[in-house]
Amino acid sequence: MLSEGGSFVKGMALGAVFSLTLAILGSFSPRAQSVSEENHHHHHHVQAASKDELKRLSDPEAQELNYQVRVYCVIMVQPKTLVHWAAAVDTWSKHCDKAVFYTSESSKALEAVDLNEKDDWARLQKALKHAYENAGDLRWFFIAQPTTFAIIENLKYLLLTKDPGEPFYIGNAVKSGELDYVAYDSGIALSYEALKRLVQVFQDQDKCPQTRQGLWLLSEDKQLAVCLRYTGVFAENGEDMHGKGLFNSKSVETLIKESMKNNPSKVVEGCCSDMAVTFGGMSPNQMQVMMYGVYRLRSFGHDFYDWLTFDPPEGSEND
Amino acid sequence: MTTASRISFCVGFVFGGFMVHIFLWQAFFTNTFYVELASGSGKLLDHQLEEQKVWKKNGSALFNLKHPHHSDEDSRMADELYKKVRILCWVMTAPQNLETKARYVKDTWSRHCNILVFVSSVDDPNFPTVGLDTKEGRDQLYWKTIRAYHYVYEHHGHEADWFLKADDDAYVIVDNMRWLLANHTPDEPVYFGRRFKPFAKQGYMSGGAGYVLSKEALRRFVGGFKSKVCTHTSSVEDLAMGQCMEKVGVLAGDSRDTLQRETFHPFVPEQHLTAKFSKTFWYWNYNYYPISQGPNCCSDLSVSFHYIHDSSMYLLEYYVYHLRAFGYRYRYQPPTPLGYSYEKVRSQAAAVAVEKNSISQEKDAEGEGSMALESAPWPHLAPMFLLMMGRSRADKQHITPPSESTFSASSRWRAERRAS
Repeated sequence: MLSEGGSFVKGMALGAVFSLTLAILGSFSPRAQSVSEENHHHHHHVQAASKDELKRLSDPEAQELNYQVRVYCVIMVQPKTLVHWAAAVDTWSKHCDKAVFYTSESSKALEAVDLNEKDDWARLQKALKHAYENAGDLRWFFIAQPTTFAIIENLKYLLLTKDPGEPFYIGNAVKSGELDYVAYDSGIALSYEALKRLVQVFQDQDKCPQTRQGLWLLSEDKQLAVCLRYTGVFAENGEDMHGKGLFNSKSVETLIKESMKNNPSKVVEGCCSDMAVTFGGMSPNQMQVMMYGVYRLRSFGHDFYDWLTFDPPEGSEND
Repeated sequence: MTTASRISFCVGFVFGGFMVHIFLWQAFFTNTFYVELASGSGKLLDHQLEEQKVWKKNGSALFNLKHPHHSDEDSRMADELYKKVRILCWVMTAPQNLETKARYVKDTWSRHCNILVFVSSVDDPNFPTVGLDTKEGRDQLYWKTIRAYHYVYEHHGHEADWFLKADDDAYVIVDNMRWLLANHTPDEPVYFGRRFKPFAKQGYMSGGAGYVLSKEALRRFVGGFKSKVCTHTSSVEDLAMGQCMEKVGVLAGDSRDTLQRETFHPFVPEQHLTAKFSKTFWYWNYNYYPISQGPNCCSDLSVSFHYIHDSSMYLLEYYVYHLRAFGYRYRYQPPTPLGYSYEKVRSQAAAVAVEKNSISQEKDAEGEGSMALESAPWPHLAPMFLLMMGRSRADKQHITPPSESTFSASSRWRAERRAS
């Protein structure tokens, strides 16, 4: 009788442990995740430096980087997009170390380098040649349209530890058949070396014609990729440390709305990177709101200790 | 082993397992939100499971379990304020707005409140909302407000220091509200919002932009109705509230920042930043302080915006809590509230004493001269102290910068790095 009692107690103890173990394991069971990851494995990826890399910098090194990562903005405008042109002048372009507006024809309202060129591709070539010749000691170039809002500090963050003496051609890398190119409307970043090679290949009319030939004209961004490819420079996708694209062709409102449909339980996390560089298709008013949202509006008591500091531009009120 | 023993063993095994199972099942289901595993889509289920992780439901109040945090930020100041400046948010909604408006509030800004209550005409234990025994409609707004404030006073009066009323189409930056309120105490009879001037001598607060009452103000509001000093004078909720506040001696505070920029906003950011309001627009005559259009309209530490719908809620969330410019040194360096200090917060963390209330103790030990009402060893005397300082101080209910210099994040951080 005693042995049975003993067995009963042993059984009870074992059963309890067994049940507890099952319960603990049960609470750790992974939920079915319907995460569709868009792996751009057919692109090269470029990511920003990690916190650890940046921590190891000494003060003079940090200052040197601050100097090296300055950006020359090449902003392609036209009088017909005057409202956006004015918005770019009044908003994000103030954060470029040097912002030059290149226009197809001059406008009395706003200052620009008048290239006097109607063809978009020819105009882009002229602008890039001009930028290369007037770069001074700037080593990074950012090509944008006035409907694109760029957060230059985040562009610098991406480019921080990259050597501009190496060829870099970075942005929202898109595939079209066999060609990888950086989309125009989300901004194109070029290192000094890449621009140097580009300006050289512009002189080769076979590889990189001044006027686009044939029935089917390639858009300027694709044409740019073709020319760069001849010089051994390939498009790379700019991403944050989580693999999220930093260059967006769509406006932030559009991306939020898409995320509401695709990730209703994690709308903001599923939308856009915290360190996003560009948003395309922004209206002038949306740009003013974004200036406020990026450079001013914040929640008190949350601090980031970034290893570099960028000062606000002189004589500006909306940032 | 005999057969009988074996059988006993098996019976014991089943019995033990069963008892533990029942026990765990019971423990798991008290104080947690019961998710109905209906035949909804996978996404809906994901959403509910996410919510279950975030909210603890206690009756009809929601307590946030996961005060939202980023992995690479230092939010010790925000956390300190969260503990010391406890805000109850009650959100005015209606049954037909739960899925189209209130749920966005729940998904975004309201997660930063200490306590959250949704009020409606109808009880809804699932959302959850508190039914206030009213009808719906604009003429019911003041009734809802009266009943809502009575409800939160009764059920949560001791669990919070400040009591915010917000609409389900308002976006509120609760962390910034804590910054604003940190230089005041809940014993002060004061309320803050977007101050309008007509209809009351000291003005009143715009309902759409939201307003927040101190505990004392709430006590006097409830007391006012008990003694019939305040009644349902009008269905225009904000104006009626303002008149009651004046009658019971609650001061209309100045919620502007140290650069005199407004923090509570009755319209959307785009309008305040870019619109040129027509000269005949009512707004010009209503605003208590001079109106600024363009960038000066709005503080960097704005507290609220109104008429914010679905995607705009998430957009503001993205701007406030996510999108930022790397390394950017903000032009406006807001003064740290009295009694708080970045140095102390950091040394606290280093001493692994974050949970202790040692800020006040450290401050007293150093014998600093600045008036730190929050952390004074005699907080119950604070309102008397205020009264003794005279009406002039009580009139100017805005933030006063502390004696210590303002904090510059990166330079100080670098100095520490050099030191380490």
